[in-house]
Amino acid sequence: MHWLLLIAVVQPALAAIAVGLLPLSRGQSRAVALGSSLVSLVLTVILCLKFDPQAAARAQFVWAVDWFGEGGVRFALGVDGLSLWLLPLSTLLTVVAVLSSWESIRDGARGFYALLLLLETGMLGVFAALDIVLFYVFFEFTLIPLFFIIGIWGGPERRFAAVKFLIYTFAGSVLTAAGLLYVLVAHYNEHGTWTFDIATLVYQTTIPTEAQMLLFLALFAGFAIKVPVFPFHTWLPLAHVEAPTAGSVLLAGVLLKLGTYGFVRFSLPLVPGACHEAFPWVATLAVIGVLYGALTAMAQEDIKRLVAYSSISHMGFCVLGLFSLNHQGIAGGVLQMVNHGLATGALFAIVGMLYDRYHTRMIADYSGMARIMPRLAVLTMVVVLASIGLPGLNGFVGEVLILLGAFKASWVAAMLATAGIVLGAYYMLTLMQRAFFGEVREPLAGEHAESAGDLRWHELAALIPIVAACFWIGLWPRFFVERMAPAIDVIVNRSTQVSRNESTSKVIRLVRRAPSPEARGS
Amino acid sequence: MSDSIFVQYIWLVPAVSLLAAVITAIAGNRWLKQQAWLPCMLAAAFGAVWSALALVVVAQADEPVAFVPVLEWLTVSDLRVAYELLVDPLSALMLFMVTFVGSLIVAFASWYMAHEEGYARFFSEVALFLFSMTSLVLVANLLMLYVFWELVGLCSYLLIGFYYTRPCAAAAAKKAFVVNRIGDFGFALGIFLIWVTCGTLSYRQVLAVDQGLQQLTAAGPAVLTTVCLLLFCGAVGKSAQFPLHVWLPDAMEGPTPVSALIHAATMVTAGVYMVARFTPLFAQAAGVGTVVLVIGCVTAFIAAFTALTQTDFKRILAYSTISQLGYMFMALGIGTVAGAVAAIFHVFTHAFFKALLFLGSGSVMHATGGELNVWRMGGLRKYLPVTHWTFLCAALALAGFPLLSGFWSKDAILATVWQASGAATQLAGAVGLITAALTAFYIGRAYFLVFWGEPRDRAIEEQVEHYVRDEAHGPPEPLIMKAPLIVLAVGSVLVGAVIALAFGGLVPFLAGAYGVEPLAHATAEHDAHGHAWGMMLLSAVVALAGLGLAYVFYGQPSPWPDRLAEQLAPLYRISVNKFWLDELGLILVVRPMLAIAAACRVLDNVLVDGLVHAVAAVPAWFARLALRPMHNGLVPFYALAMLLGLAVILTLVLFQIQGG
Repeated sequence: MHWLLLIAVVQPALAAIAVGLLPLSRGQSRAVALGSSLVSLVLTVILCLKFDPQAAARAQFVWAVDWFGEGGVRFALGVDGLSLWLLPLSTLLTVVAVLSSWESIRDGARGFYALLLLLETGMLGVFAALDIVLFYVFFEFTLIPLFFIIGIWGGPERRFAAVKFLIYTFAGSVLTAAGLLYVLVAHYNEHGTWTFDIATLVYQTTIPTEAQMLLFLALFAGFAIKVPVFPFHTWLPLAHVEAPTAGSVLLAGVLLKLGTYGFVRFSLPLVPGACHEAFPWVATLAVIGVLYGALTAMAQEDIKRLVAYSSISHMGFCVLGLFSLNHQGIAGGVLQMVNHGLATGALFAIVGMLYDRYHTRMIADYSGMARIMPRLAVLTMVVVLASIGLPGLNGFVGEVLILLGAFKASWVAAMLATAGIVLGAYYMLTLMQRAFFGEVREPLAGEHAESAGDLRWHELAALIPIVAACFWIGLWPRFFVERMAPAIDVIVNRSTQVSRNESTSKVIRLVRRAPSPEARGS
Repeated sequence: MSDSIFVQYIWLVPAVSLLAAVITAIAGNRWLKQQAWLPCMLAAAFGAVWSALALVVVAQADEPVAFVPVLEWLTVSDLRVAYELLVDPLSALMLFMVTFVGSLIVAFASWYMAHEEGYARFFSEVALFLFSMTSLVLVANLLMLYVFWELVGLCSYLLIGFYYTRPCAAAAAKKAFVVNRIGDFGFALGIFLIWVTCGTLSYRQVLAVDQGLQQLTAAGPAVLTTVCLLLFCGAVGKSAQFPLHVWLPDAMEGPTPVSALIHAATMVTAGVYMVARFTPLFAQAAGVGTVVLVIGCVTAFIAAFTALTQTDFKRILAYSTISQLGYMFMALGIGTVAGAVAAIFHVFTHAFFKALLFLGSGSVMHATGGELNVWRMGGLRKYLPVTHWTFLCAALALAGFPLLSGFWSKDAILATVWQASGAATQLAGAVGLITAALTAFYIGRAYFLVFWGEPRDRAIEEQVEHYVRDEAHGPPEPLIMKAPLIVLAVGSVLVGAVIALAFGGLVPFLAGAYGVEPLAHATAEHDAHGHAWGMMLLSAVVALAGLGLAYVFYGQPSPWPDRLAEQLAPLYRISVNKFWLDELGLILVVRPMLAIAAACRVLDNVLVDGLVHAVAAVPAWFARLALRPMHNGLVPFYALAMLLGLAVILTLVLFQIQGG
């Protein structure tokens, strides 16, 4: 039994309960939140360092007890190569979320930080869950704290945004639930025993060919809305614009990855045949997402909306990579989840930092900010470069792997997605040019005019670790890819095996159709 | 050869530059201050010395090709990307050029950039550039080439936007990056296609006749042609070829030493280097050579023609750079080793005289208080003697004045083009000669307008006189800025002749990089010399004619320039307006893209308002129907519904377990 992972996952929830129940002041509750999120961050980083790359295909640091049902549902946590890097991403961005709320959340801070910590447990739980029921519970549970965070601490249209966000994502995940339920039954029908263990379910269940596409679509419904895959993205811009900074950071940074994680955890190994068959459709949607997201981002006047649409574009890359069904594409897709989380999380935090000072998010209101806030400008520049895939930073590694993988699967898709990189450079650098460069022009500050100035300690503490992580992944990608490779091997092998089996079964069918010599003889 | 320490530890050259960049970035503003140039200077000088020694080792080696493994960067299944360095005549020569010219420019910049805000930032970025550029010429893997290709682009972006509070500098920086990205779009696809076809990205395999080359040829003629065209796209962007050359004139918004280093001597030649490196592929690809030749020809002519009427000193030089790069691609378009060698020869000599021209313009800008309009200058040779004489050397070298560097290398290109068979190459040779005349004329014009006659602007004259007398600035031409100018001037005068006469051209040396049989390159050399004399005479006449005409027009007050502009008004307008290519790009590319973007935005808003409202209306309607008494909003309802749903699902499953 490994306690580290359990503590990392459960500890924020306990802290949340403490913050929620004890009569703490704003300063005390944010201190508790920071402390608790830091503990989880340290624990997850330790897990990553202690992780055995050779055994990355299996769950490590497993902690499991029977939960309910006889020999049924377990409370089982563990980490394998697919989920490994999503854990420190979640814990790091929670710290960032706490730090970027440091000054901006003034009313009801206790409830806010309690919800934030609950959300952290939910996110970690999804990625660490080894049991399918536990997974689904956490998967849905993440909606609740985020719903309240947007609905209470959000912008003027927060209620509408929160409800839309909840309905849209929940509607999709009901279908996903049905799909997962079907998997349980299918496994029972095949093996005669019930199991809720995800690894057993996805790797040892043979889904009948007729049912594959249906199951694929059911799973796709929930996951594609989370990602979001075009055209299911319409909930995202409003949710982001209305969410408080911390909500945007975690929504874009982590919660979108629940969708892509669902793809790689369930869809690819469970229904490889259907994934293969659906590739043209999924790739089309992904590429449309890449280009459409980038073009729409280009036309935005609100920085937050721009970043939101850039998310749609970048997540399109992720989906394209995953469904290429080869080593490079999947490795790139999994890595790009982390990359996008870092870059977009940081960008939303930066928008918050600008908004805290000047109470506007309009690009046109800003000019020459590099002169007034040189530190923010340098950090923003690095994050922007990471986001547009500059070598030496993390985004490049992910994008190149995705595009190489996609090129193997379909050169047309790869070519169109590569065009998205040109567009990405255009709108991101235009943002830099308009807001940070040029003649200095401070927007008319609101009532907090005195707060204008370069970054303060909690803002630096929020951005510097992200930038460091961007460099780490960009300069030494081997460290990250090595630790996920064996898990990806399993998926790719399963996928190629299935396509081989399908071709052999076709052969067998042909052979059977031809009358055998013995049959003729008798 | 690989046991020589200068080859084995060649990675020290980029590594030291990287170290300098990091040190300057961290310690520059706080501790180094006015000494912030020193780490970069030391790194560049170290690189120059080390690469000179490596060059000697390579020149003396029997087998002049060595692969130096440094570190594994990324491995994913069958994709292996390593930071492995290739030392051969081609990379050694490029490395020496980058570090040698680089260290002279850094020395000059230590004077030029003094008293600028962001002194440390400047040298940190220049050191980062030296790291990226030296790595670019050394790496032996296509993906690594792309990595450093992008990184030199980043440094270019950062340094063009050095004066970031100037809106036009910020705009020029973005333009440079995005236009380069358009070229890199093709470049990246070319790399992907090579990987999918050959299964490797290492030069060692891709360029091997019996491996990558064979696989590419076996995959069908279209594949090899596509690969080469895509790679060439990258070169068109980086080396500012038509129609992607529009970023380079704007890049002059950067500090002048940056224009000299990045936008004249080194980075913009990366495309030439890349095509020269992959000449074995280009030579086999049907039809690609003609494309390269035509693009080079068009670029050389258009840029030279534009330079005729520009009034901005640095932009004249920028168009000149574009034009000279066009020459290099003309040679590469021949698709033979001899063509590639001629191109690299011109890269080498061009680095000297073009860097010198830019540094001279920097000296002039300091004296005139940042003035760039050549029509407001004049008579500066009295005030800046060293600048004047060195600038003259460089201008003559560029013009192709007999026996100076540019003469030899340009002649090598024209001779190669001329002697290749085919009508296209004959035409290209003719265009090359015409362009040579234009070149001599426009650089003569700039030289006479700036340095001869009397100052045309009273304010500028006062400014210059004040600058020369005012000791507070220090002397107008201190040693640290004079020395690089003089060294580069010596290079501009002698390098071509030394290479051409003492070493018999670069062919015997560079042929080693291509593994060409000694016999083959001996014949190539012979051919080159056999036909060169006629071409030499012709280009000498053309150069002298251009310079003479420039003297008649601009050496003293003359009515001719205005009269000619009136007589040939349509041609004059084409040149002044740069063929309207910026406007054309705006109308054909930027505006449509922004219009599509705006349309997407509207479409999305319609989708948001339409579709999602429709979706949201269903549960709202349901809630109104079923939960009318609940006045506290929808929130608890959804939480409840979700948990209920989950419970139902779980119960169902558990029943199944009990039953089974």
